[in-house]
Amino acid sequence: MPLPANSEARPLVSLSNVGVRRNGRWLVRGVDFSVSRGEIVTLIGPNGSGKSTTVKTAIGVMKADEGKVTRASGLKVGYVPQKLAIDWTLPLTVRRLMTLTGPLSASDMNEALDAVGLAHMINAEVQHLSGGEFQRALMARAIARKPDLLVLDEPVQGVDFSGEIAIYELIKTIRNRTGCGILLISHDLHVVMAATDTVICLNGHVCCRGTPQAVTQSAEYVRLFGSRAAQSLAVYSHDHDHTHLPDGRVLHADGSVTDHCHPDDGHHHGHDHSGHSHDHAHHDHGHASHDHGHAHHDHAYHHTADDGHGHKHPAGERHA
Amino acid sequence: MLDDFFVRAIIAGVGLALTTGPLGCFIIWRRMAYFGDTISHSALLGVALSLLMQFNLTLSVFVVAAAVSILLLVLQKRQALSADALLGILSHATLAIGLVMVAFMTWVRIDLIAFLFGDILAVSKADIAFIWGGGILVLAAIAWLWRPLLASTVNPELAEAEGLKPERARLFFMLLMAVVIAIAMKIVGIMLITSLLIIPAAAARRFSSTPEIMAVLASLIGAVAVVGGLFGSLTYDTPSGPSIVVAALILFILSLLPKFGRGQAATEGQGS
Repeated sequence: MPLPANSEARPLVSLSNVGVRRNGRWLVRGVDFSVSRGEIVTLIGPNGSGKSTTVKTAIGVMKADEGKVTRASGLKVGYVPQKLAIDWTLPLTVRRLMTLTGPLSASDMNEALDAVGLAHMINAEVQHLSGGEFQRALMARAIARKPDLLVLDEPVQGVDFSGEIAIYELIKTIRNRTGCGILLISHDLHVVMAATDTVICLNGHVCCRGTPQAVTQSAEYVRLFGSRAAQSLAVYSHDHDHTHLPDGRVLHADGSVTDHCHPDDGHHHGHDHSGHSHDHAHHDHGHASHDHGHAHHDHAYHHTADDGHGHKHPAGERHA
Repeated sequence: MLDDFFVRAIIAGVGLALTTGPLGCFIIWRRMAYFGDTISHSALLGVALSLLMQFNLTLSVFVVAAAVSILLLVLQKRQALSADALLGILSHATLAIGLVMVAFMTWVRIDLIAFLFGDILAVSKADIAFIWGGGILVLAAIAWLWRPLLASTVNPELAEAEGLKPERARLFFMLLMAVVIAIAMKIVGIMLITSLLIIPAAAARRFSSTPEIMAVLASLIGAVAVVGGLFGSLTYDTPSGPSIVVAALILFILSLLPKFGRGQAATEGQGS
């Protein structure tokens, strides 16, 4: 994979300590990350954790109430929104959808539709497409304009498992071919595409981040998705230094409880993944007394035997 | 030729229908039918103010309609009440205030029915110039705003993210609505303006494969409705404004017949 080093280029977009407040409530706070050319950044987190808000702030659809969002000048964004319902009264073919926000050459249009496997549907009305086809049409539209930054808000929603894998494969291909930066949202905590460079776990703030861990080579995955698909699936196993309680307060690893999980509050452990085993003991301790506060954060399903040994994730590590 | 009141009526009506076609499409796509109603009801307040201040009628109607649109935008931002409820309040409040004001002005005698239902047979040559001039202006503006308006109709955030300015397009669109209502009031009247926006556009849907075709067809169907309605009104001695609306309705019903439409079956076959 001929990819530029992430640190080399200036980021396409970078957020520093960004917070968004609506109706007196912080939707997200203290968000820091950047997306560079050729990099795939995936945001994961439960519903209502501020993933869409963060992404919309990054591309300027929402305004940050604190912190700073910096976008490269003349940044061309291709956006696939989370929810898009097209009224039946609007006659829109796939062909017309492609040029919705700007003109396209016929070859760019065909190339993009070919890439998503919809070239034969070019004259179909979008209202007649299936969920997966429509999602792919939206992706074709976004990539046809050759964006610097491709932003996909839950691109696999309403898509079955095999379709999901096809879409992840496609995202990887797009990055490899065009070298654009990709900002991706997934609510799927277990299955994160292997090509992801950085995974950011969000729950009102950045809970943790890192490179996706080694793919599960377990027979179960291979059996479920086939060996080829299993190669593109990765498990991001990680642990938090704090737990969200049912009443919205936050239980920290050292047992203290605060109202928010803003980085300045409480006693975060610096999100250090190398300290896994250490954190674990505290974490489990808190778990015992507040076990229902754990619902959102139980990612421990695929922890492997060596998980407790405290290993580092080298930056830029990639599993293809 | 223009000396004949009937010819003047046809030219004015066709000019208006050509203008309302594309605008009406957006009204349907963006589900703004009630908004259109509200703005047209506010026209009566414009009439009352024009009589009170002895100010140009069309201009007063435009100013009031534009003010109500902007008021609506501001109130919607505050999200205290649903857009639906706000429209209901503004719609009837402006209509009622207009009627009350007219009643207070005992020194003027106005033909309320003409304002409510239009008097196309009374249009002058100056009116025709106004309708065609204003109409060309509105159509040029719609053409200029087409891409941002259409993209934000599909999804405002998508439009915003990809560098089109949906908020600006929306504001312009509302002002264009105010212009059209100001010039349409004389022809179909306050109560029937929305129907000339919506019915031709709805009738055009089944025959259209792209938004652009639908906009053009809506204009043409509207023009046919005007001509048909006026001839009907002449033949059966019915009021002209409502006759135009009935003619548009007949065209809409015809468009629903499978024989005329492209047919659901045909498009579905294409899709699968």
